[in-house]
Amino acid sequence: MGRYIGKRVLHVAWIMLAVSFLTFLLSYLSPGDAAMKKLNAQGVAVSEEVLEKTRESMGLNRSFLVQYGDWAWHALRFDLGTSYKDGFPVAEKLLKGLKNTAMLAVSSILLSLLVSLPFAFLCALKKDSWLDHLIRLFSFMGNSLPNFLISVLLVYFLCVRAKLLPVVANKSLSGLILPCLALSIPICSRFIRQFRAELLEQLGKPYVAGARARGVKSRYVLWNVLHNASISILTIIGLSVGTLLGGSVVIETIFRWPGLGKLAMDAITNRDYPVIQGFVLLSSLIYVTVNLITDVSYHLIDPRLREGEGE
Amino acid sequence: MKRKKTPSSRALVRLWIFLALAGLLVLLSLLAPLLCPNDPYATSSSVMNHAPCAEYPLGTDRYGRCICSRVLMGARTSIFSATALVAITFVVGTILGMLAGWFGGIVDTIIMRIADAFLAFPQMVLAIAVAGILGGGMLNAMLALGVMGWTIYARLARAEVLALKKEPYVQAGILTGCGPIKIMVGTLLPNMLGPLVVNAATQVGVMMIGIAGLSFLGIGVTEPQAEWGSMINLSRAYVQLAPWAVLAPAGATIITVMIFNYLSDLIRDCLDVGVEK
Repeated sequence: MGRYIGKRVLHVAWIMLAVSFLTFLLSYLSPGDAAMKKLNAQGVAVSEEVLEKTRESMGLNRSFLVQYGDWAWHALRFDLGTSYKDGFPVAEKLLKGLKNTAMLAVSSILLSLLVSLPFAFLCALKKDSWLDHLIRLFSFMGNSLPNFLISVLLVYFLCVRAKLLPVVANKSLSGLILPCLALSIPICSRFIRQFRAELLEQLGKPYVAGARARGVKSRYVLWNVLHNASISILTIIGLSVGTLLGGSVVIETIFRWPGLGKLAMDAITNRDYPVIQGFVLLSSLIYVTVNLITDVSYHLIDPRLREGEGE
Repeated sequence: MKRKKTPSSRALVRLWIFLALAGLLVLLSLLAPLLCPNDPYATSSSVMNHAPCAEYPLGTDRYGRCICSRVLMGARTSIFSATALVAITFVVGTILGMLAGWFGGIVDTIIMRIADAFLAFPQMVLAIAVAGILGGGMLNAMLALGVMGWTIYARLARAEVLALKKEPYVQAGILTGCGPIKIMVGTLLPNMLGPLVVNAATQVGVMMIGIAGLSFLGIGVTEPQAEWGSMINLSRAYVQLAPWAVLAPAGATIITVMIFNYLSDLIRDCLDVGVEK
């Protein structure tokens, strides 16, 4: 177990090194001069002299690898530089946004699970009934809708037409409803589809038929099915974190939710590169870590996997 | 569990119907300039946010431009960019994956490690960052989505090549002195096309949503070029005054993405191959 975790963590460290390199490359290759962008973002009048000084202070005159090494070394200690716009440390800004995004993301995942698991069970148990077809139709539609479209339609129908909710999100519960719904609908739709397929596969296995033949109560059988499907379910949830992080940029911008996504979008508008860099780095760190945790948790859930660890 | 089955005739009929529907959409987008009732770029101060009428079948937006014409022209942007993007990533990814699988060793390591690194980013996050840093424009948006898109095909093609390499007919090809290019193109490619095509088909809808999403954020296809995502963004502030300006492109997006997504489901069912998630 320990060896397996060690190997996985090492792999993640290696991946993060590559990720940090790509992230740094991203802004290095961006059109224009970083010193110029910084001065523009601050609204300073640009002269050749000021420009040269800024370049010097930002270390832009050094070679690419030295710049990357310096940046990565600082990033390792959670120092992601300061925002071009207001001079605040990027890490601090990201952390503040992360709290709000986490709130949104966690509630969206919980909502999606709460809705999709019972529906997926219903579909799998009543396969090819009208209910199955109906739920699948809705999940197919939800899967085909871009999240910005869902948000705009939700705002139009719930806020403008029905006047049920405020248009601009505040941090109260009613402000959380719309962004959470908009984030959940595509994820929930995908969950239903994938969970249904997984449950159907489990229900078709001999142990289910065996248990039923022996007269084991249905709820015990279903509990076993859920247990055996949990690895796939966890994987699906882990992968949805990527969708959540990408979706949060759109949703938070629309609903003015002060999270990571809105921070990133504002940074893009202001050409505030250190913040964009930080956002990309943090997002992939979260994504990779979540998937590492799911990988490791398989071994806790499923004793069968512990057997072949020596390989 | 895994066994090949011939698709039922009902599934085949559905496949043809949706192929025809998708073909119709492509045709519609190609003929868009001829079908537009008005000039999609002509602004008019006298008919701003005008409700649908005989002259403007779907109304006008805040600049007095004909929504119907813009939606039609938007179909062109959306369908063209998504299919082009899928085609390019398909070709690039497949070539890289095949090279990695066939030659193995250092080539394999380099290509697959790069793919791994890209897969560590949530796709939309990377796309938003790349498009945001490069600035708007359709080419930049396509680049932003394509930067990661190729990895799916590369991984799939590599796995297929590794499996096929052991087949006797491939070994026989090597023994008869066929060069690697001849074997890869002539023997391997036709045998692994199924799963690759299915993945490409699923990606069309994904890419459409991606491009529309970037355009909605203002870092994809930009005004005044007609694109559904940017049209929705432009008009959403006026949704109370002119709901048609939002609902028309929204409806167009939903219908198009649904048709292409359903088509990809049908293709997958008919070819009976799994899709890599």
